[in-house]
This record gives sequence, C-alpha cells and structure tokens, in this order.
Amino acid sequence: MLDPTIVNLTVFVLAIFVGYHVVWNVTPALHTPLMSVTNAISGIIVVGAMLAAGPKDTDFAAILGFVAVVLASINVFGGFMVTQRMLAMFKRKQPRATKH
Amino acid sequence: MSVNSVALLYLVASVLFILALKGLSGPETARRGNALGVIGMLLAVITTFVITQNIMLVVLGIAVGGTIGTLVARRVQMTQMPELVAAMHSLVGLAAVLIATAAVHNPTAFGIADPLPRGNRLELFIGTFVGALTFSGSVIAFGKLSGRISGAPIVFRGQHWVNLLLALVMVGFGVAFFLATREGQWLPFIVMTATAFLLGVLIIIPIGGADMPVVISMLNSYSGWAAAGIGFSLNNTMLIISGSLVGSSGAILSYVMCKAMNRSFFSVILGGFGAAEGASVSDGTQRNVRSGSSEDAAFLLSNAESVMIVPGYGLAVARAQHAVKEMAQKLTDKGVQVRYAIHPVAGRMPGHMNVLLAEAEVPYDQVHEMEDINSEFGSTDVVLVLGANDVVNPLAHEKGSPIYGMPILEAHKARTVLVNKRSMAAGYAGLDNPLFYLDKTMMVFGDAKKVVEDIVKAI
Repeated sequence: MLDPTIVNLTVFVLAIFVGYHVVWNVTPALHTPLMSVTNAISGIIVVGAMLAAGPKDTDFAAILGFVAVVLASINVFGGFMVTQRMLAMFKRKQPRATKH
Repeated sequence: MSVNSVALLYLVASVLFILALKGLSGPETARRGNALGVIGMLLAVITTFVITQNIMLVVLGIAVGGTIGTLVARRVQMTQMPELVAAMHSLVGLAAVLIATAAVHNPTAFGIADPLPRGNRLELFIGTFVGALTFSGSVIAFGKLSGRISGAPIVFRGQHWVNLLLALVMVGFGVAFFLATREGQWLPFIVMTATAFLLGVLIIIPIGGADMPVVISMLNSYSGWAAAGIGFSLNNTMLIISGSLVGSSGAILSYVMCKAMNRSFFSVILGGFGAAEGASVSDGTQRNVRSGSSEDAAFLLSNAESVMIVPGYGLAVARAQHAVKEMAQKLTDKGVQVRYAIHPVAGRMPGHMNVLLAEAEVPYDQVHEMEDINSEFGSTDVVLVLGANDVVNPLAHEKGSPIYGMPILEAHKARTVLVNKRSMAAGYAGLDNPLFYLDKTMMVFGDAKKVVEDIVKAI
C-alpha cells in the first residue's frame, strides 16, 4: 500500500511550485499585504489546534490545543483584517487630481 | 461527514487560498482575493467543527483569539506593520510547537496510532523544531523592530560554532526522540524543543537593523514551513498546501530583498551587518555641498515640468507622508507632473513604503517601482530625495565600492536634484554619497516633515 507520507510529499512539492509561480506574479507594491495575508493563511494551523482541543475529555493535550486555537485565531482575524485595511487604502487617482 | 468529504472541502479551501495570493497581482483584484481567503478559512474551520467533539472549548478559543486579532488589526499603525507581521510569525511558530506537543501526548485525537509510529515521530520532530525556531526568532525580530531591544547586531567570538553545536544537539535529541519508546520519548522531545528555541534566538541576534527586511521575509517563510510540517504529522494536505504557499512566498521575498540590498542570503544569516562600524567612510577631503532653504526648493519644484519624489524610511519616521501628498497635490494643480519612485528596500519590510504612501492617500498609479521608473530619471526636471541615502548612491555603479552592484534609483541623472536630510551623516552602509556633492544638487537640511510643510507654504 502507498505510504501516506509519499502522497503528502507529492502534494508538498507541487504546492511549492504553485506558490512559486503565484507569488512571482504579485506586484512589489503589494508585498506588505502579501506578507500579512500569508500570516492569516498560515493561521490555517488552527485546524490542527482544533483537533488537539477537540476530544471529549479535556486533558493536558486539549489545553495545549486550546492555547494553540487562541494563537492561530489571532493570526487569522488579525491577518485578514489588517490586509483588508491596507488594501482599502490603495486607490487610483481621484478625479480632482486629474486636471491636465 | 466522511473522511473523504472533509478532505474534499479542505481541497476547496486550499484552492481559495491560492486564489487569495493570485489576487495580489493588482490592487483591484487583491480585495476580492482577500475575501476569497476569508471564505476559504471559514470553510476549513466549519468543516473541522464537524469532526470536533468539544465544540465549546474551541469556540471559546476562537472568540478570545479573534477578539485580540481584531483589536490589533484595527489599532496598529502602518509604520508598525513590520512589528505586527513579526509578532504574527511568532504565533504560528508557537502554535505549531503546542500542536506537536499535544500530538505526542495524545496522538489518537489526531487519528494517529498510539504509540507514535516512527514516520510520525520524524514529521513531528521537523514540525516542532521549525516552529520553535520561528517562534523565538520572531520574538527577537519583534523586539528589534519595535525598539524594545537594540537593533544593533549582537556578536561574540565563536558564535557560528556555538550555533553549529546547538544544531547538532538538536538533531541528536531529535534522533533520540525518533528511536524512543512511548515511555522514554518526553526527555529527548523537551531537550530538542528547548534547544530549538535557544537556536532561534541565537540566529537572529547577530542580524542588524538594516537587514530586518530580509529577516522578516525569512521568518515568514519559516512560519509556512512550520505549518506544512504540522500538516505532514497530521496527514492534512490542506495544511501542507497552505504552509508551502506561505513558505515559498517568504522565500521569494527574502530573495527579492537580498537582491535589492546587494547582499547574499548567507551573509545576512551569518549576520553582523548594520553595526555602527566606524560611522562614515570618507576620504578625508572636505567637499562642498550646496545647501538651500525650503523656499528655494519650492521655487525649483513649482517651475519644473516633471518632479520625481524618492521617499525613504526617514520620511516615514518623520511622519511626513501627508505633507508630501499635500505638496504633490499643489504641484499637480500647477500642472507639474509628479511621480514617486520606490526602491524595494525603501521601508522596513517589502512593500512597506507603498502602504505608507497609500495611507497618505497617494494614488497608486503615481507610485512606480524601480525597474519601471529608472529610465525616466534622465528626462525628469527635479528629483526630490526625502530621507533616503544608500538607495540613490551612485557609488553602486563604481567597481570596487562596497555597494557595487546594488540596484539604485538613478536620481543623479535628473536635471536638478533636491536632497532633504537631517545632517550629512552616512546611511546604513556607512558610505559617503557623491550625489550630495554634484553641481546640480541642492541639499535642504532639516526634519522631513518640517521641510515639506515649509515647501507647501512657499509654493
């Protein structure tokens, strides 16, 4: 039977290629929002934290999971919201400024 | 819900994350991209709720974290973005360590066999040490960026050997953890994690303030690899995909930053740059500079047909963005063509200056990247350099100079050059700047905000 690690490795290598090509297309002007949105996306680790906090009995592992849920949620909310805030600032030339 | 449906929904979420990054190719599509990212995250979390038993505990955690995150995102100032980003990298790192520890304690919660199979041990080892390095390294980077600890590099004799030794200790205990039984696994795991925390500190302390844009990008990359590592341990392809996206994004940004600063990645990592190593390297001869008042500058600017503004971090420190925008507006109203030229390392993190200008409501179609704008300097009447130094230093074109090869904005090609600086002090590179001594250059000394406000009054 195929080892799941091999499947994971396949996904991993292909995802790096996707990331490489997608990120080179990001305009340098948006490199700061890129970083904050990747902060939010790496908050996806919240899924792992939820599994740790998830079992019925709250033991040591579940408490660690709970703390991890808090930390990852800070990233998810903070990351997406600050990105939104920054992107809202990027505006085209206002009509007032186009005189000549 | 079956395992397969969960995996399929996770796949949809992963695709949405890829689209979120893809949107960042332009400001208009970026907002939609961010919204897609939010939808992806919602989908991932809701799907995971279905396989969670203790929903209350998880909801509480999300509520607490979400509140903190929301408050921080609303309150943070744009000049503080580098600190915020560094802090968020550290959270991902710590979360990775906590999840890995939980998995060692109770593997069945993650659907892993108990006792831990060897393969999972290896993956947990990797996820944990990358997470620990990311956490402590980002805490130090956060301290340096926010001024809580000195930005000067901390170097000591034999530093690299100490780091190498610690790395070997870490790997050694990692191997011990790999081979350990269920009973004997905690000691090597704890020692390995503690060593990784220490190593993260030691890797970042020798790196100077000037190299911070590279460090943030690098830690961005690490935080992605930490998430991917946890994905391997938990057999979760969504975590692997998201982590790899973030990891490669950070790696690309590190490369871009190194290239813009003309530094090799390894020399940044090995550290020691950006120290106050003998303030300015001048050749001893006293050269004359032409200095003028804000009124003189205003006269030159308003009589020009085209003006190029080169903002540096000094502009942000002086909080002069709004004054600059007002000046540009006044000049535009007089029929002067105003554009901004941005060097990749103009701020303290990649793209930082663009955000600072956008915050001051400078339209982004007036803001140009180095590659696009460099050919335009020759036909520009007046270049106004505000709080920038090394990024306009023509020495970069001279063989044998310490910054030879560094890409610069070719301000020296313009007909007239106005430079605002607080004093004649050298920039980060500690080099004198021949641009300041050209016949066509006029220096306007003073605080950037004060000077620009005076120019606005005089136009």
